[in-house]
Amino acid sequence: MTATATSARSDLSELGRSETALRTFLHGLPGVDQVGAEQRAAQLGTRSIKTTAKAQAIDLAIRMVDLTTLEGADTPGKVRALAAKALRPDPADPSCPHVGAVCVYPSMVPHVAEVLRGSGVHLASVATAFPSGQAPLEVKLADTRAAVEAGADEIDMVINRGAFLAGRYKEVYDEIVATKEACGDAHLKVILETGELATYDNVRRASWLAMLAGGDFVKTSTGKVPVAATPPVTLVMLEAVRDFRAATGRQVGVKPAGGIRTSKDAIKYLVMVNETVGPDWLDPDWFRFGASTLLNDLLMQRTKLKTGVYSGPDYFTLD
Amino acid sequence: MSERVAVRKTYKLFIGGKFPRSESGRSYIVQDANVALSSRKDARDAVVAARAAVKGWAGATAYNRGQILYRVAEMLEGRREQFAALGVPGDEVDAAIDRWVWYAGWSDKLPQVYGGANPVAGPYFNLSAPEPTGVVAVVAPESPALLGLVSVIAPAIVTGNTVVAAASPSAPLAAVTLAEVLATSDLPGGVVNILTGRLAETVPTLASHMDVNAIDLTGVADADLAADLEVKAAENLKRVLRPAPADHDWSADPGITRMTTLLETKTVWHPKGV
Repeated sequence: MTATATSARSDLSELGRSETALRTFLHGLPGVDQVGAEQRAAQLGTRSIKTTAKAQAIDLAIRMVDLTTLEGADTPGKVRALAAKALRPDPADPSCPHVGAVCVYPSMVPHVAEVLRGSGVHLASVATAFPSGQAPLEVKLADTRAAVEAGADEIDMVINRGAFLAGRYKEVYDEIVATKEACGDAHLKVILETGELATYDNVRRASWLAMLAGGDFVKTSTGKVPVAATPPVTLVMLEAVRDFRAATGRQVGVKPAGGIRTSKDAIKYLVMVNETVGPDWLDPDWFRFGASTLLNDLLMQRTKLKTGVYSGPDYFTLD
Repeated sequence: MSERVAVRKTYKLFIGGKFPRSESGRSYIVQDANVALSSRKDARDAVVAARAAVKGWAGATAYNRGQILYRVAEMLEGRREQFAALGVPGDEVDAAIDRWVWYAGWSDKLPQVYGGANPVAGPYFNLSAPEPTGVVAVVAPESPALLGLVSVIAPAIVTGNTVVAAASPSAPLAAVTLAEVLATSDLPGGVVNILTGRLAETVPTLASHMDVNAIDLTGVADADLAADLEVKAAENLKRVLRPAPADHDWSADPGITRMTTLLETKTVWHPKGV
């Protein structure tokens, strides 16, 4: 890995110029040892995190949550309620930190923006014809610009999986570059939709492609296909951002999304981050959880640690 | 032909329709058998399983719940020998089977007896209907091992509650065998969960658990522990059934108090439109 990265260091920025160079580079990335990655991810999930370390991990995980609602049935009232929850996840406890961001569809951005203004909670919007990404480029870019103008400071774009799987890497690269440009100052998270990429090798290639094209975050999934974030996939992506920083000096964030529902799962991911890329990434600016039900479980566990008695879902808002 | 290797049985917990060992890995010995010694975390897992089962069980029709309780009686009928081998007297098994049948009959009758139309001074239909309270923790009496356990579980579940039961610590084998009956009776997983082991380890967790809606302290013989559990239960206003007196006659007509204590009453005002 390192050898490839070093040899490529000088001309990484030139790769996007041609389809051939991009293909040669991405296919030159070493393959992922599937059994090894799965075993490593499973092994990191066995760590026991208790008492004060657990309390710290739970608070960190709350700060990393991208509180998400991406439903056709979203209404202005519903997303405003969600934004209020993002500011004060546990109204009964002022010491509870706020979440990292709220993530909604572009049409809902103005309603959330008025609640979050000046709070420090980021406002993420999905864009580029989420979740399929199957729309003409002009439409995707207009989608992105509209979200940014409405007040989103983070954009979650989807890559064109059809083009990626067909091997048209340059097309995917150019789309990310164009979207990044349309974002302006907003952070760009690139959704790889790993559930549709089929292999870990593809996940590694897509991660590198997204980072080379200028993505600020790589995100696993839309949450709209059956297979969402899994520990091995996240491990592969973490390794990619680690190697990318070693090669270029630029740090890229990681966001597993979908399927993370319990505090236990969240803490396993934090252990994986710490062991794979180190404490530099243990920060809401560099690691996020795309989740909705996770937050309530984190709050229940937090309450359990504070009061000593098990809490129940009746005491936290439904969303 | 060589002699058969003995198949030794471990008596495990019953949580969410499955038979796991205690997460603590501990066991204790009763009547030469290994029985799981459950921990605080087993109690937590059991409550999660019971909560997950509430929607389906409370939403089932009363008729369907009655049928399933009757099915439990049917299955118990076929296991007489197994209970006899554990030292449960035959007439206690009979009484336990009869109790299932008796409670099965109440499933669609209790709302008629305990709810109804209220006379009000206005142009309204005013109707009260009993509804299940949710997750109920029950502590089975020390003895009789089988009849006592059936007498606390059946009245809780017949109305649509789900149960986490702490079995008699000194006679858990009958409880685990009853779990095997329940597991083969069309009873959805998680409606009844059975914990074996020391009451002082699991019951305080259940009493203070904010996601448990009622607690039946029938089998708590220690008065201090019972008082402490009531204090814990008060935190989220759990419905409480007090401990039964030591000389309680379990073969007598149980009455309907056990069922009605574990219910909430929903009252609806509906305009007559005159």
